[in-house]
Amino acid sequence: MSLWQYANPVKFLHLSGKIVPTLAVLSALSLVISLYWGFFLTPDDYKQGSTVKIIYIHVPSALVAINAWFMMLVTSLIWLVRRHHVSVLASKAASYVGVVMTLVALITGAFWGQPMWGTWWAWDPRLTSFLILFLFYLGYIALWAGIDDPDTAADLTSVLCIVGSVFAILSRYAVNFWNQGLHQGASLSLDKEEHVSDVFYFPLLLAIAGFVLLFIVLTLVGTRTEIRQRRARALLARSKG
Amino acid sequence: MPDLGKYAFAVLSSYGYSLALIIGLVVFVVLRNIKARKALEAIEAEVNHGKD
Repeated sequence: MSLWQYANPVKFLHLSGKIVPTLAVLSALSLVISLYWGFFLTPDDYKQGSTVKIIYIHVPSALVAINAWFMMLVTSLIWLVRRHHVSVLASKAASYVGVVMTLVALITGAFWGQPMWGTWWAWDPRLTSFLILFLFYLGYIALWAGIDDPDTAADLTSVLCIVGSVFAILSRYAVNFWNQGLHQGASLSLDKEEHVSDVFYFPLLLAIAGFVLLFIVLTLVGTRTEIRQRRARALLARSKG
Repeated sequence: MPDLGKYAFAVLSSYGYSLALIIGLVVFVVLRNIKARKALEAIEAEVNHGKD
């Protein structure tokens, strides 16, 4: 058994068709329970008041937004090196999820920042690198849409993905690189002293699991769509030829 | 409904916009998948019909 066998579109469609329903149910359950738990059953924070409830959407969406780009980087590199179509189609499918998660993180951050920092937006290193990551997502999607030949589009978007990875890394580590700006450090850490209180921590972990599962489900479904569209184009071209 | 105090606007707006975007994304991905599946089935049927 090798991971590369799933680069075969037929095998990918077969396996993903089996696991998507289960993952979708798990994702929905995790999201409903964690958001209900976080919104209705957790107390206000002594400093942030009820705005702490935004953490259950902001942190998971930001985490998915950054890691979606890393997943796209890996699959783009696989395309460039091994020319597996499923790999680059998975990258394209992930970009739709990534751009929405980036937007969600930016919006929830602004709604949290206004009452806490006194401003909707600041040109802080993490916020700025996150905005640039959002623009890279838009550019990546636009590049796919703007090039007719799918292999050329795959090559160029893969190169764009490699360049954009710099901003994905900056989005994640900007707080550590520059000891300035408004954005605080990580809310979650392996060091128990650093992360948020347990009363917020457990629903947050469940929300993260729900968002990650949602990302996996939507990326798998999106990849299935891309494979079918590609096959439809190939059949049409063959029948015309 | 919990008492959100003076931050009700920020919290409810965050949840409202986020849920709308995420539900919109799910609908977009699912509808696109259904459309692609139906289109492929139609093309395959046409191609197979042409062979017969």
